[in-house]
Amino acid sequence: MALRARLKDLAGLEDKFVSGHGLCPGCGIPLMLRLVLRATEHPLVAVNATGCLEVCSSGFPYTAWKIPWMHNAFENAGATAAGIEAAYKALKRRGKLPGGDKKIKIVAFGGDGGTYDIGLQSLSGAMERGHDIVYICYDNQSYANTGGQRSGATPFGASATTSPAGKKIPGKLQWRKNLTEIMAAHGIYSAQASVSHWKDLFMKAQKALEIDGPAFINVLIPCPTEWKTKPEDGVQLAKIAVDSKVWPLYEVENGKYKINYYPKKEVDVVEWLKPQGRFAHMFKPGNEWMIEEYRKKVNEEWERLVRLTKL
Amino acid sequence: MAERRILNGNAAIAEAIRQIDPDVVAAYPITPSTAIVEYIAKFVADGLMSAEFVTPESEHSAMSMCVGASASGARVFTATASQGLALMFEILYIASSLRLPIVAGIANRALSAPINIHGDHSDAMGARDSGWIQIYSENTQEAYDNIIQAFRIGEHRDVSNPVMVGMDGFILSHAVQDMWVEEDGKVKAFVGERQPLYNLLDVEHPITVGPIDFTDYYFEHKRSQFVGMENAPRVILEVAEEFKKEFGREYGFFELYKMDDAQVAIVVIGSTAGTAKVVVDQLREDGKKVGLVKLRVYRPFPARELADVLTNMKAVAVLDRAASPGGVGGPLFTDVRASLYEYDKKPILVDYIYGLGGRDIGPKHIAEVYERLDKIAATGERGELIGYINLRE
Repeated sequence: MALRARLKDLAGLEDKFVSGHGLCPGCGIPLMLRLVLRATEHPLVAVNATGCLEVCSSGFPYTAWKIPWMHNAFENAGATAAGIEAAYKALKRRGKLPGGDKKIKIVAFGGDGGTYDIGLQSLSGAMERGHDIVYICYDNQSYANTGGQRSGATPFGASATTSPAGKKIPGKLQWRKNLTEIMAAHGIYSAQASVSHWKDLFMKAQKALEIDGPAFINVLIPCPTEWKTKPEDGVQLAKIAVDSKVWPLYEVENGKYKINYYPKKEVDVVEWLKPQGRFAHMFKPGNEWMIEEYRKKVNEEWERLVRLTKL
Repeated sequence: MAERRILNGNAAIAEAIRQIDPDVVAAYPITPSTAIVEYIAKFVADGLMSAEFVTPESEHSAMSMCVGASASGARVFTATASQGLALMFEILYIASSLRLPIVAGIANRALSAPINIHGDHSDAMGARDSGWIQIYSENTQEAYDNIIQAFRIGEHRDVSNPVMVGMDGFILSHAVQDMWVEEDGKVKAFVGERQPLYNLLDVEHPITVGPIDFTDYYFEHKRSQFVGMENAPRVILEVAEEFKKEFGREYGFFELYKMDDAQVAIVVIGSTAGTAKVVVDQLREDGKKVGLVKLRVYRPFPARELADVLTNMKAVAVLDRAASPGGVGGPLFTDVRASLYEYDKKPILVDYIYGLGGRDIGPKHIAEVYERLDKIAATGERGELIGYINLRE
């Protein structure tokens, strides 16, 4: 039975990801996790791609996880989750599940490196084959675990260690890959969420975990370390990303696009860009075109998304 | 009743898998092991197997799935070859480090470039340090028998280690031979049920699989991993003994062919042993004291047992169906040579690289090797350490 997303109800539920992990101050991952792990009454088995979350939550002999957890490698969280699901189905069918016949959900977590880039093939294969798994991408827009290299999710203009803003090249010149739509093209439930809008994220996680088949959620995760912001500003920035239409909240279900949140007032992209050190060079004389370009693309993408909801 | 059947190596391995009916089969087709996956797909489609059969989008994902499934308590099988095994490379190490008794059937094939689909041992030799037990087959019967034993060996509590069973691509995978297929029930009973120590799906008792180790634990964990490989020789022999009792065919680390009074010998892996036996028989008719050692278990390497046999020889040739550029001979040669180092009395050793990319090796070529060994034995002069067989230079 689906829980109502009320904070006081959620607060009463047991934390399955607990303190003692080594994630950075202001990191949005634990916030996302605590919500997602509360979003189902079924027992969960977690799979983790190599990345911030894996490294910071599993340093032997400790763990921050109170549920079964497995890490295999960087690029194969999709396949690993699929393997666990295949074993689950076989053992269940043959009456060999430990603790008897019960419904277990398998949920995989990968960063944007492990999901947009190196793990995309494995994820795509798992989703195409229809395994009953939920894959959640914690998208902090860079290879944050290894010190902030560019990824396919890094926004246009951002200075990353492998796309640095230099005297000649002003940061990353490519737009981010639209992973949420790539996953939607698999004909599965695919949603975009943000830790700033916890209720929306919680409902999407609930829905994904109730689906008898593959589901994908792409969650914007503030990363003060690599976004070069103050730790306490993280969630607020994620909110600005949504309000400025940089990161629209939407879902694709049965091929239908639905925008879950229409910003009530205009918020310019400058409010998103300005507080972040990784965009600082865009505000230097001569780089005004970058902000113009950014604004134009964000608006075009939003309009395209609105059109998709009308199909 | 056991049945006499005519099967190629792929069909033989698939037949063993049908009988064992593991929980999960995750495999990607690649020449020359494709047919293993196709046969299994058909068995599942026809309801002859109830395994969860999955065809991932790559060998990397196939092995990744095997790791996830095996950590979840399932009995798991995969099949691959060549580039497929190379693509699995990263995850092979994870499978063995997590002590997961996955069984893989390998139709050994050359590695690119140039791309070549034919048989040699470069693929599995590339994975020799991945921590997998490696067992090789001379014919389709052995491929079948080795697969059945592999589950028992790998899943033994004292071993808990993945096992790959090799057979020469095309030469065995595609050539039909007559062989025994044992009764379904007997094979099932012999293999029994996997009893995993831990299970990721035991949600009442959550475990962590694959955490990060820093400098304070990694070394100890790696060392403890090797215990499985160290226990494997004993278990391999125990399983072989039981197999002999049940099915009558005998297995060990290696097979000795006419070695009792031999003065010179060839050490070889795989189907070439069959050809070599014919040559040994012919030379024996001429009164030559020649013998053959066919290595079955390459990892763990039976160094002491092999030395017990070889130290009595005057000259020994090792035939390597894989090269190790820049090394001191092929991989099998370096292991054989290292095994003999500590003995005062030891034969003169030579290495031959042969059969790369499926290049033929016939009785004529093997006879030439024995001829040279005779000369070395008579003169004590070795000549070149490393040679090539049937190569245009």
